[in-house]
Amino acid sequence: MHELSVAHHLVEIAEETARRAGAVRVTALHLRIGALSCVQREALEFCFDLATQGTMLHGAKLHITEVPVEVYCSACDRILPLPSIQRFRCPRCGVPTGDIRRGRELELDRIEIEEGESPAAADSGANDGAEGVSVGEAATSTADTTELPS
Amino acid sequence: MTPRILQVRTKVLKKNDELARLMRDAFTAAGVLVVNLVSSPGTGKTRLLQRTLTLLRERGFACAAIVGDLETDNDARRLAESGVPVRQIETHGCCHLEADMVRRRLDGWELASLDFLFIENIGNLVCPASWDLGESLRVALLSVTEGEDKPLKYPGLFNTADVAVVTKLDLAEACEFQLDVARRHLDAVRPGMPVLETSAKTGMGISAWIEFLGKSRGELLTAVRSPDRLR
Repeated sequence: MHELSVAHHLVEIAEETARRAGAVRVTALHLRIGALSCVQREALEFCFDLATQGTMLHGAKLHITEVPVEVYCSACDRILPLPSIQRFRCPRCGVPTGDIRRGRELELDRIEIEEGESPAAADSGANDGAEGVSVGEAATSTADTTELPS
Repeated sequence: MTPRILQVRTKVLKKNDELARLMRDAFTAAGVLVVNLVSSPGTGKTRLLQRTLTLLRERGFACAAIVGDLETDNDARRLAESGVPVRQIETHGCCHLEADMVRRRLDGWELASLDFLFIENIGNLVCPASWDLGESLRVALLSVTEGEDKPLKYPGLFNTADVAVVTKLDLAEACEFQLDVARRHLDAVRPGMPVLETSAKTGMGISAWIEFLGKSRGELLTAVRSPDRLR
């Protein structure tokens, strides 16, 4: 049940980000978990409720996007979805491949916050943990800004 | 009150990963090969480690071990019989070891005087997979009493391992364990992973395992001399 540890880390990151932006409450979290992250969705949802009690995240919604595994096949020179994590073979040509390109994610993508009376602190930004840009996200992602009104 | 969306895009286990990276750098610079042993409970991690520590010590290597358990220091006491320094982590219910737990047990140990540091993780085939402990080598154990299909049942963990060690081979016949099937399953979830076959009881395959450890440490030392090869 390491999902409880995961949930505590999640709370820590979200609170830190929210405080720096001058928020009073975190209302939702958007998380990406890969099929190889070894995190079980239901267990995490259960632990999330426990871990958020008495924090800025109390009552926050947890939105989870599951990320399937994709591998690179050198024979095909392509990145392809892996139909089963019990069989690391190229789905196209059958050659063994352990070159995982997606599916290990355990990432907090974004949070939704409510701001306090004085939003002055909000300008300091909250994007210190940028680790690559995800493509094809929901309409909330744009190329030129990291903070958006909802 | 304006609800806002903040992009975070941060790895949830970032804190653990960053600490583990620093620890790995320190271990590598000190020339100590850190081996993280993961398996289900009862696979024989302690028994294999007892034998390993004794043999490495006889060959003049300086070893130390950190052993994790939910409760009791039974395993630490068993390992201490080999004469190497052993420290215990009692997690009191926590199902895996984290980098910071290991870091706190390193206090007072002179890393540069060690050749090998073994970390015996909590017996668990799920949770330890997510936590980098700064090791250079993650070893997944699979005992013949567990059945050949363990890798298929727990692909997440076996996929993160650098090497698999099949244990208790002296019981293979009684358990009708099919080694070729187990090897096929291991290769399915982690193509190309080296597989070693052992029995810590009879000593079968143990010298190959010791050789493998020596070779891995040799590679680590080579990497120290040419830093661009560090992972």
